[in-house]
Amino acid sequence: MSPSSDAKTTPKITAQVVAKVAHLARLDLTEAELALMTTQLTGMLDHFGDIDKLDLSAVTPMAQPFPIKNVYREDVVVPGLDRQEVLDNAPAPQDGRFRVPPSNGSES
Amino acid sequence: MTSEFVSVVDIVGSIREGKTTASAVLEQHLDRIDMRETEIHAFNHVMAESARANAASIDADLKAGKERGPLAGVPIALKDNMCTRGVPTTCSSKILEGWKPPYDATVATRLQQAGAVIVGKTNLDEFAMGSSTENSAFGPTRNPLDTSRVPGGSSGGSAAAVAAGFAAASLGSDTGGSIRQPAALCGVVGVKPTYGMVSRQGLVAFASSLDQIGPFTHTVADAALLMEVIGGHDPLDSTSLDQPVPSLTAVLGQGVKGMRIGRLADMPDGCEPEVLARLDAAFAALKAAGATIVDIALPSLSYCLTAYYLVAPAEASSNLARYDGVRYGLRVESADLISMYGATRAAGFGAEVKRRIMLGTYALSAGYYDAYYGKALKVRRLIANDFAAAYQSCDVILTPTSPTVAFPIGEKTSDPLTMYLCDIFTIPTNLAGHAAMSVPFGTGAHSMPVGVQILAPALGEPTMFRVAAELERAS
Amino acid sequence: MSNASSAPSHATVLPNGWEMVIGLEVHVELDTKTKLFSASPNHFGDEPNTNIDPVTLGLPGALPVINRRAVELAIRLGLALNCTVQASTFHRKNYFYQDLAKAYQITQYDQPINIDGFMMLPGDVRIGIERAHLEEDTGKSTHFGGTSGRIHGSDYSLVDFNRAGVPLVEIVSRPDIRNADQARQYVSELRSILLAVGASDAKMEEGSMRCDVNVSVRKAGDPFGTRCEIKNVNSIRAVGKAIDYEARRQVDVLESGGTIRQETRHWDDAEGRTHTLRVKEDADDYRYFLEPDLVLLDPGAEWVESIRASLPMLPAARRARLSQLTGADKESEAVYVIVERGQDDYVQLVADAGGEPARALVYVQQAFSEAGANPVVPAKDLAALTLLERDAKVTATQAKTILSEIVANGGGDAVAIAAAKGFEALDTSAVEAMVDAAIAAQPDAWAKYCGGEEKAMGALVGAIMKSSQGKADGKVVTALLQKKRG
Ligand SMILES: [Mg+2]
Ligand SMILES: [Zn+2]
Repeated sequence: MSPSSDAKTTPKITAQVVAKVAHLARLDLTEAELALMTTQLTGMLDHFGDIDKLDLSAVTPMAQPFPIKNVYREDVVVPGLDRQEVLDNAPAPQDGRFRVPPSNGSES
Repeated sequence: MTSEFVSVVDIVGSIREGKTTASAVLEQHLDRIDMRETEIHAFNHVMAESARANAASIDADLKAGKERGPLAGVPIALKDNMCTRGVPTTCSSKILEGWKPPYDATVATRLQQAGAVIVGKTNLDEFAMGSSTENSAFGPTRNPLDTSRVPGGSSGGSAAAVAAGFAAASLGSDTGGSIRQPAALCGVVGVKPTYGMVSRQGLVAFASSLDQIGPFTHTVADAALLMEVIGGHDPLDSTSLDQPVPSLTAVLGQGVKGMRIGRLADMPDGCEPEVLARLDAAFAALKAAGATIVDIALPSLSYCLTAYYLVAPAEASSNLARYDGVRYGLRVESADLISMYGATRAAGFGAEVKRRIMLGTYALSAGYYDAYYGKALKVRRLIANDFAAAYQSCDVILTPTSPTVAFPIGEKTSDPLTMYLCDIFTIPTNLAGHAAMSVPFGTGAHSMPVGVQILAPALGEPTMFRVAAELERAS
Repeated sequence: MSNASSAPSHATVLPNGWEMVIGLEVHVELDTKTKLFSASPNHFGDEPNTNIDPVTLGLPGALPVINRRAVELAIRLGLALNCTVQASTFHRKNYFYQDLAKAYQITQYDQPINIDGFMMLPGDVRIGIERAHLEEDTGKSTHFGGTSGRIHGSDYSLVDFNRAGVPLVEIVSRPDIRNADQARQYVSELRSILLAVGASDAKMEEGSMRCDVNVSVRKAGDPFGTRCEIKNVNSIRAVGKAIDYEARRQVDVLESGGTIRQETRHWDDAEGRTHTLRVKEDADDYRYFLEPDLVLLDPGAEWVESIRASLPMLPAARRARLSQLTGADKESEAVYVIVERGQDDYVQLVADAGGEPARALVYVQQAFSEAGANPVVPAKDLAALTLLERDAKVTATQAKTILSEIVANGGGDAVAIAAAKGFEALDTSAVEAMVDAAIAAQPDAWAKYCGGEEKAMGALVGAIMKSSQGKADGKVVTALLQKKRG
């Protein structure tokens, strides 16, 4: 097989990729879990390689069932949630807020 | 009518006519829960106390001549992925154990306004990911018809609750077959409405573009009534269809004369012969009732599993990212934020959920998006096109709901792919956003029930329910 | 108020032919009553976690619904920035952070609502606007413990989600800006436009307008260099300082043989320098995909045109109009300030009442510092005063005194006030006598002035003004002194 036709097919997954994905998903997996996950994902992705047979070049992606558009709400305040009821459900409420351990940088 | 239990329609009538009371009906259901729930484990949470209070208030109101709605006094169970204010909503996950939503799902509100008495929250595969209800963090649900077997999933608890007479009806959610497959395996009616017909507001999301809430009932008429109560536009769900739910209870007697029923020319492998025999019997019954049978093709059918198991996990990986230990649910304390996230999510999610989060994260990530998620969206278009072409020549399509009857607990837990194959007939509808339902139609191997699936185009519920009613008459 | 709008004066020029390339990403909070996707209040400064609802907190099962008013304000802004308004979609930008309730931000990705606009800066400089898209704001953390509330080394943080879900428009400029002055002008002009169209209160100090600055350097004519993104630039002044600092830093690195890493840096206003916040890595994988809980946003030509028709006259056009009316340069401080304050209509009223426009401009700039509203003084009273001064019935100093009184009383007859105060302009011969007297009284000052020491004039003028009891016209005095020096 030529490299160019190879590139069209679905890529193979490796333990290294699985580890990276686990980090992206913020899942601390054990070594055993990582190994099992690599095997299982490989099996699934092999199966999912079936769609490589299809010529999809002229097909429009479909992300939602129906082409609905322009659904709005008016800019009117509706009473929200009771803070105490919400904080009663929180793992670590403090001073009306949600306490979290330190992070080392801000996002966005 | 598939069991000895009284239908919703009959309960409503008897209470209305004063032959019984909401409280008496509720107690019958609570008695059955007392007798068999330990064995079956349909519920994560039984709401006996609030149900009794609601039933009493309904009785008082009805006695005083107050209108309490079309479901006044009907005991109904909700899948435990629908928010109920102040009542634990866990998705059968350790990560949400003990969480009490501060708000109600739209369907919960509509049921209550219709006079339903909510009896409990039912067990499911964690976050609705599974086909057997074995993936619950709180233990599996057993099939009331044979407790060595699964009830199907992911709405196994809701299906079992109705089949066991714990509730007169229940709601489930269906992302790839999670209402229809357990309905088939437990011998009850299960409906996956057209995407957008029932509000998803307050339904804990699995895969947002596929999820849809629908009813489990003993009869087709009950399902029609439930649909009329829970369906219809909701301004809180942007994908909710902006039209009233069509009248379904009114069309049930209209028969199928002249209707064109589609039959798959190429049946996928892997179906039990008894299941195929019941499907043939269903075609024969409809033909006898005046329908014509036409062969149709869905060429992309075999690719649906791939499309589904890329699209659904991709959306799920994003929908389940919010379980991070900050605002609600489980937290595993750690020295810094990033390890708190990793430890919390590792401890809170079960194996199947982790697998799908991994799969979905991978399918969306840089370098793999085009090869997986992007392609899957295109295959999704192909199946929608296939359906559009098929519905040129037929009004509905009949298939088995599940290739097999209920299988023994533990049989398919070791290999995720085998489990995924349970959904081969149900997944295409979700990808297309169409309507579908499962109707019990006799029994197959081990005398377990077989369900026949009726597929209809978007908003095809009236036609679908006419066919369902005909099959019910013939069964 | 008169914050750098105009005055393209002290732009830092880099050494050795280096050139700055600057692009700005400005986030503005839209002035709606509710959030972008839910109905809890969009309101600054409330008790923590009181403006919350299931959507804001990312509770399981919560679904977003677009705020129509936010869309309208985004379109107003887009049109004011000369953008094309198009059918648009929302995507999920996935990343974990404590401020981000759902662990994804709903934002516009490949189909933003506004694209391809531009803004004109003084000197006919055209800055391209790549896009101005809608997205939701995040919550806010306060850091505790460690060193002085900074995020690095803190012990823990407390999160408030009141700001989460507030509608933002992110305005992304093209890298067309070439120095710090232009950047400041851009931000200032953007702020004026936001206020003019009512899209935002644009308060940088409250965070309703926030700037991220992309800076790179290159030798003129070379391709773009590696850029650094500077966050936390919270005032227009800081925009200028951060750019100048960062550009010099990059030049220093390059000139000493180093290379620039693509990274996000943080502007420390107290220290007057930027720090590395984080280095861009492969780990920045946001896994964008179409938000399945929302549908296509296609405002359509009819709505867009009705919004266009409802737009007020924009600052640039108002400055041109004021410039034409008063004869002042359209890029002058006075013109910028008056338009920024929204007092140009009042200057027009004074002119309409028969007043002299150039003097009206000066009076209004001097007397009414409050932004936003037109002065309450009747325009005819100011008009009368401009004529008194124009006709040399009073001196500029006297006019100022009269103006103060009119303003203090919310109006008044300039002629009557002048008479009551005994103001009359002295004729030139009387002033000349006083000038001669002053020269005679201060021979030293006069000698210094004649020797070229301009400052020495001050003492002479002061004495003259004193002996005339303020009735001498300062301009006449100065002219006479200059004439006598020869
Ligand atoms: Mg940005
Ligand atoms: Zn942004």
